Amino acid sequence: MPNGDEVTPGEEGLSAGNAIAIRSAADIVEARQQGRALAARFGFTGSDLTVIATAISELARNVLEYAKTGEIVLSLVQKGSRNGIRIVARDTGPGIADLAKAMQDGYTTGKGLGIGLPGVRRLMDEFEIVSEVNKGTIVTVKKWVL
Amino acid sequence: MRVPILKQRDYLIASIQSALSDEDLLLLRDDLVKQVGKYRSRGTIVDVTVLDVMDSFAVRTLRTIAHMIRLRGAETVIVGIQPEVAFAMVQLGLTLEDVATALDLEEGLAYLDQTLNPNRQHA
Repeated sequence: MPNGDEVTPGEEGLSAGNAIAIRSAADIVEARQQGRALAARFGFTGSDLTVIATAISELARNVLEYAKTGEIVLSLVQKGSRNGIRIVARDTGPGIADLAKAMQDGYTTGKGLGIGLPGVRRLMDEFEIVSEVNKGTIVTVKKWVL
Repeated sequence: MRVPILKQRDYLIASIQSALSDEDLLLLRDDLVKQVGKYRSRGTIVDVTVLDVMDSFAVRTLRTIAHMIRLRGAETVIVGIQPEVAFAMVQLGLTLEDVATALDLEEGLAYLDQTLNPNRQHA
């Protein structure tokens, strides 16, 4: 399992995260509602809140669809005086054999629309994915308050 | 939470009241498709005004609902997509394809009136 717990490098500070277990479709709704509430506390407003909630929804959906279970961890990140939200989607599922392909628009092996990962990357400011076949996948995304 | 479906004239109006899980969305699909036959409705409106997130599953399910209802011989219009939701949908690359949309319930009703009774004049 790749290690997703490494501290964010450089001058970025990271708060302890809120972890939400993803085991059913109801957990997707829970994760995105918690994410929206947290993002509002961190200083996000307007369409950013919707964008963050939508990204969480897609990431949680990926976990459920491909790995059955996993978790979403939400935390506050800070760079200087700037706040951001970090979303980590982690599972110990089958992993992704061809990451480059998974990041192509329209590519899917599941019942999804193939918009999952590339779509999430467009929604967020930073995107990182680590995956190992038969071990699992960790997607880390960040968005910064303008 | 089950979405209430109101019958008004020969239209059905599904008025979403809160965030919906995947199961709720599928239930809405099945309810609407059934009730179109039960009430011999010619048009349906799905009001998504309260939804603050429409992810890939929600969008796909709305599209499926509209396509199934068309196969049943009625029209569907989705109303009330919020500006932020529209923004996120475009960023994600989600589309409703050929499904009709309108600003709000009033515009949705006007759309159905126009589409289903193009020759009738409206006050």
